[in-house]
Amino acid sequence: MVASALFFVFAGLAIACAISLVYHKNPLYSAISLVGVFIALSCIYVTLAAPFIAAVQILIYAGAIMVLVVFVIMLLNLDDDKPLNRLQYLYAVGAGLGLILLAQTFFIFYAVSKKPNQYIETDETVGKTLNIGTAMYTEYLLPVEIVGILLLMAIIGGVILARRLEPPKLELVVNNELERRNESEIEDEYRIRL
Amino acid sequence: MEPSLATYLALSGILFTIGAVGVIFKRNALGMFMCIELMLNAVNLTFVAFSRYYADVTAQLFVFMVMSVAAAEAAVGLGIIIAFFRNRLSIDTDDASILKN
Repeated sequence: MVASALFFVFAGLAIACAISLVYHKNPLYSAISLVGVFIALSCIYVTLAAPFIAAVQILIYAGAIMVLVVFVIMLLNLDDDKPLNRLQYLYAVGAGLGLILLAQTFFIFYAVSKKPNQYIETDETVGKTLNIGTAMYTEYLLPVEIVGILLLMAIIGGVILARRLEPPKLELVVNNELERRNESEIEDEYRIRL
Repeated sequence: MEPSLATYLALSGILFTIGAVGVIFKRNALGMFMCIELMLNAVNLTFVAFSRYYADVTAQLFVFMVMSVAAAEAAVGLGIIIAFFRNRLSIDTDDASILKN
């Protein structure tokens, strides 16, 4: 009963924060709403006996990604989001797509709830950090390595994207080349003298 | 008594729908980015719920992968947003139409 009540409290919080995320025009308010969603979901993960995922959710999402987003918002000094002036019909498209997705969701809800409840094994130790670590470094070692390479690629891509790209200055290139040739000529003369 | 698996799936579906609608309604590239993060989180909730109800650790590993991809996406996506802002002084997606004509 307590678990059920907790779930509905945090589910309501998550949905309210998600709606606030879409509703607010100011990106900073949206970002703070998104942090609310992350914290509510983290609490739901704790009730689902997944403490490691809950901690990682707070650390990575609310801690790292959202700080990065808020940093970019502050850096760019943005105005409020403008309404869709030229593309009014997109509101209708969006509402239609949302209704279709919701209908699909409730179809899944109906299909799953017709079956007998699958909740048979009450194994609370699945989400423990020890079990996750063991699985990560034995059975799923290759995927973890691939994720490492993916993160490395993301770092390189981020550095390349954030670098200021200027056209190479022609005089500078020519001067460098001339200097290099002079040096090599001087070196050649030196060698000949030796 | 705990809530059933279907309840978690319904919550996940609602969050995913809100995120998908937000991607369409937002004009701001950062707003779209945050809505995509919301959709990824809705999927993570599904994984954790299945992990609980089938007592299997694999789903939580998947959550870990999704989080890594989200972090990589944040690094590259925010880099693109900053590069776009530097050229256009705006992150309105309507301004990103240089290839249109």
